[in-house]
Amino acid sequence: MGHLTHNKNRPKYLDLRRIHLPLTGIVSILHRISGALLILALPFMIHLLQLSLRSEQGFEQARLWLDGVLASLFLVVLSWAMAHHFFAGIRYLLMDLDIGMERTHAVVMARAVLFAEAVVLVLLLGWLL
Amino acid sequence: MTLRAGGVRPWVLQRLSALYMALFLLLAVPAAWLAEPLDFSTWHAMFTRPWFNVATTLFCLALLGHAWVGGRDILLDYVHPPGLRFALLGLLGLFLLSMLVWLLGILLPLMGGVA
Repeated sequence: MGHLTHNKNRPKYLDLRRIHLPLTGIVSILHRISGALLILALPFMIHLLQLSLRSEQGFEQARLWLDGVLASLFLVVLSWAMAHHFFAGIRYLLMDLDIGMERTHAVVMARAVLFAEAVVLVLLLGWLL
Repeated sequence: MTLRAGGVRPWVLQRLSALYMALFLLLAVPAAWLAEPLDFSTWHAMFTRPWFNVATTLFCLALLGHAWVGGRDILLDYVHPPGLRFALLGLLGLFLLSMLVWLLGILLPLMGGVA
């Protein structure tokens, strides 16, 4: 083992500039980030639900707010988080069934997640914005 | 529920809630899409129908349980000092519980078209 400790060129695996996260790893970390975003957005979403169900005026207020610029940004981020969390979550459910565990299949599935999320994101934003 | 990462019960809760939410969204989002023009009376009436109200309330329960397991996993993986970890877990729990009370206060009074 001595030669390992004397090798000055051995890679530092915690050097963030040298770590290249594989596609499957990117999909996984984005699943966590999107989940955390969805939790943080809960008060805003529940507030909008409450407003929209309170009265005719409340419903219009909620609709007007959703038409604003800030809300558009909010909708883009949340729609992405929803779409990504949904498809990356289905990937986990499939992995529970031992589907996509083999390395090449795992990459194909990670690509499929990103493709499906892009399609749904475009559809969602076309509908919402 | 234990505060250790992993465990079979949280795992099952996470998977079952995910399945329920996915099914609900696959049915509810296209339904809302087709219900255009979506005005206040259609929107409000949807939530007074008992089956939709119950299904939505279950969705909220599934979501908050799912958020607890996922949020707990994130905190246990990245926050190591015991005091901070415990404080943040408590904060997450209180936050999700208050969301639950808030949601039930919105949804349950609409049941059967009372409010």
